[in-house]
Amino acid sequence: MRAWPIVKSFLPFVIGAPIFWALGVITPEAFRLILITVFVNIVLAVSLNVVNGFTGQFSLGHAGFMAVGAYTAAKITIALDGVQLAFLPPAVSDQVFFAFALACAMVTAALAGLLVGMPSLRLRGDYLAIVTLGFGEIIRSIIENSKPLGQATGLSGLPQRVNMVWVGLCAMATIVMARRLATSTQGRALFAIREDEVAAEAMGVDTTGYKVRAFVISAAYAGLAGALVSNAIQLCTPRMFTFVRSIEVVVLVVLGGLGSITGSVVAAVVLTIGLEALREFQSFRMVSYAILLIALMLTRPQGLFGTHELWDLPFIKRFSRTAVRAKEAP
Amino acid sequence: MTEFLQHLVNGLSVGAIYALVALGYTMVYGVLKLINFAHGDVYMVGAFAGYYLATLIMGGSYDPDATTATIFVQALVVTVGAMIICGALGYTIERFAYRPLRHRARLTSLITAIGVSFLLEFGFQLKPWFKTPIEFPPGSSFRVFPSLIPRSQWEWAENTLGVSVSNLDMYGLLMAVVLMIMLQYIVYRTKFGTAMRAVSFDWQTASLMGIPVNRVISWTFVLGSALAAAAGIIQAVSRPKIDPLFGLMPGLKAFVAAVLGGIGNVPGAMVGGLVLGLAEEYVAGYTDSSYRDAIAFSVLILVLLVRPSGLFGRVTVEKV
Repeated sequence: MRAWPIVKSFLPFVIGAPIFWALGVITPEAFRLILITVFVNIVLAVSLNVVNGFTGQFSLGHAGFMAVGAYTAAKITIALDGVQLAFLPPAVSDQVFFAFALACAMVTAALAGLLVGMPSLRLRGDYLAIVTLGFGEIIRSIIENSKPLGQATGLSGLPQRVNMVWVGLCAMATIVMARRLATSTQGRALFAIREDEVAAEAMGVDTTGYKVRAFVISAAYAGLAGALVSNAIQLCTPRMFTFVRSIEVVVLVVLGGLGSITGSVVAAVVLTIGLEALREFQSFRMVSYAILLIALMLTRPQGLFGTHELWDLPFIKRFSRTAVRAKEAP
Repeated sequence: MTEFLQHLVNGLSVGAIYALVALGYTMVYGVLKLINFAHGDVYMVGAFAGYYLATLIMGGSYDPDATTATIFVQALVVTVGAMIICGALGYTIERFAYRPLRHRARLTSLITAIGVSFLLEFGFQLKPWFKTPIEFPPGSSFRVFPSLIPRSQWEWAENTLGVSVSNLDMYGLLMAVVLMIMLQYIVYRTKFGTAMRAVSFDWQTASLMGIPVNRVISWTFVLGSALAAAAGIIQAVSRPKIDPLFGLMPGLKAFVAAVLGGIGNVPGAMVGGLVLGLAEEYVAGYTDSSYRDAIAFSVLILVLLVRPSGLFGRVTVEKV
């Protein structure tokens, strides 16, 4: 019975994979990219929530880490295009290499996160926001000046490897990671830092250490999202990873509620699809982000769910309570 | 030597603009402890206000037949008009976006500030709703700022030092210095300035002493925004390409300048702006100019690591 916890942790993915595969099959071509964007935005929002929501820090540099991951994965997939593992069929071999590229993307983005986080996480809230923004811009500036990374035109013609199963599983992995983090000792420490940094420090929480760790985790998943999105559109340019992109993710997190995983997921799904419907009014898209952000802060600054999860909402709670009672009754 | 002097001139003229914008950041941070993210966009609005006023008053360019005095009066009217418009904008932003949130967590105000900044940037990029008397909003393509004053080169500098200095740079620098002296006077010599410094020191005690805190904060926004408008016009007159996103980078860099000088410190912002302008110009000039934007952020990170209170800032210890 000792194997059960391991089985239990992999079971959702085993069940999830065919569902996402079926989803990929039934989705019409026109909606394929939208659905992929939804999943990528879930990865982005949930991972940013680890820093901005759980830890109460305010990072504006998510796009920079996306860029690091995207370029790493793009370089690897381009380099390994045409290379084949002899003992596997070509399609499977490609997917294995893509998994390798995604892993590398996460590692490099995490390293970038460590590099950025170590010095800047000693700073307080609003300074941190500007410094992370600055680092994001520096990363972009370096890419724009780097010949092997294609400078401002970027890398194009990436061999497409992404499918619905990949993005679905990555979104799931991010959610599971965030959920497990929240219920662990690590998560408790992060919440303590969010509630009161000085008190947390006094209680013996290594505040800088935990903040850096949260930042590194968040950066790794941002890199993953960057790798997925650039592979999905087979293009990787510095313009995809501007400060505006970071703000879009912040809007998702703030809208869903800082600290609420399900909130981020709901916000990512609703806002991505909702704004896609507004695509005809492209110029209003960013204006509506701005108005949404201001209106939300003025009326409900904790976001839709606050720090609560979907199952904490009153009517769902009542429902689940009745369900439990019904089960216990006989 | 020539190159060195040329960079000095360019650095000073860029630095003066950073300094003017940085003053707005530093004053607002002083009284509210808020990074007014939208300040760079007020600077952009200032340039556009000048553009529209110049189009309305002068019909797009100075009249070549008019006397020098007329041209200068017109240029002054445009500048002061833009400063008033931006002052009103600053007041509105404070009144409707920041004041309702003053008692909430600081992060809330920061997010709102980002929202306001985006609203201005992307609101200005919408297609024009009406065409007459002016096309507003201006749309996303750039516009050419009308020339307010005939451009000429300063011959003496050109001939003896080999440095190209335009009269517009000189006027811009002069105006920046005059505005800074005026601000210095307001902050340190007037009753309002005293009230402002009191609010920045401790707003609760200040309000107990009978200082109208709300009004002081409003006026701080008005002053800061007017300075940003002046900076926008100085910038647009010498480099006449303006578009709704052109406040983004100068805004961020001016913030860096404010932090460099010690945020909340008025003379610090002026020095910080000039130092940053010069640093950027020299580093970009002598090495690789394509990294220009990264320089400011590197400076910011260095300052925050080595001396977080900036060059002139007070060191504060966080107490429970």
